[in-house]
Amino acid sequence: MSKDKTSFVYVTYIRSTPQKVFEAITKPEIARRYWGHENVSDWAPGSPWQHVRADAQRSVQLVGEVVEVVPPTRLVITWANASQAGDPDATSRVSFDIAPYDGMVRLTVTHDELEAGGGMARGIAQGWPIVLSSLKSLLETGEGIDVFAKPRAAV
Amino acid sequence: MQANTCISSAHAPTQRMDADKVFKALGDPTRRKLLDLLCEQNGQTLGQLCEHLDMARQSVTQHLGLLEDANLVSTVWRGREKLHFINPVPLHEVYERWVRKFERQRLSLLHDLKKQLEGE
Repeated sequence: MSKDKTSFVYVTYIRSTPQKVFEAITKPEIARRYWGHENVSDWAPGSPWQHVRADAQRSVQLVGEVVEVVPPTRLVITWANASQAGDPDATSRVSFDIAPYDGMVRLTVTHDELEAGGGMARGIAQGWPIVLSSLKSLLETGEGIDVFAKPRAAV
Repeated sequence: MQANTCISSAHAPTQRMDADKVFKALGDPTRRKLLDLLCEQNGQTLGQLCEHLDMARQSVTQHLGLLEDANLVSTVWRGREKLHFINPVPLHEVYERWVRKFERQRLSLLHDLKKQLEGE
């Protein structure tokens, strides 16, 4: 390995079921409601997946491969900018672990194999807390939060 | 016992997402320092964290326990090492609930005032 790698582990507790959380990640029509993006794949191990912006342009922003699928408890994918597809140094890995937890679901997102100090590490460190809060909001209240909101945006 | 790279949860399960716990956990300089240390370098062991703190190992363990209980720190076992990761998801929820809402209101008041003043 040529460069230093870094990883992040995010945990959130959601009043929902593992099945609903798994579907919220893998079903485009649900993901677009809290993520503003869709994860598009047939979700078979070895298949490609694409992270597509859910607007009129439908630009493909991230790409990767499905590594492991155990519905509804575990999903592992590789993760790279669409412009860096196939570059092993620019490819990281995301694991979703979904476990029942005392009437709730404990969702753990582990993002590793990231280039330390790189743009992707900075981006996901900002992105995951917002996306996971929004997912929790959607599943618990039926409404996500605005993932594109800027901190100082006046109405 | 924990298997390798298994996500641990050593604390009581109930009300993990409790905002009270988040605020309580943040209301202490040592715990905020621990979060700063993890923000600088994520995934540290207890030993690594202790190097930056003039405090008994047991005390650091207790502080980390409170952070973990508030879900501000998540831990992963890698072999025999327990690594600590900052988990800002509850912070984001607190921000959404307790900061952004009021910020938005204030900014929109300023915005209205500006419009009124400039419009006349």
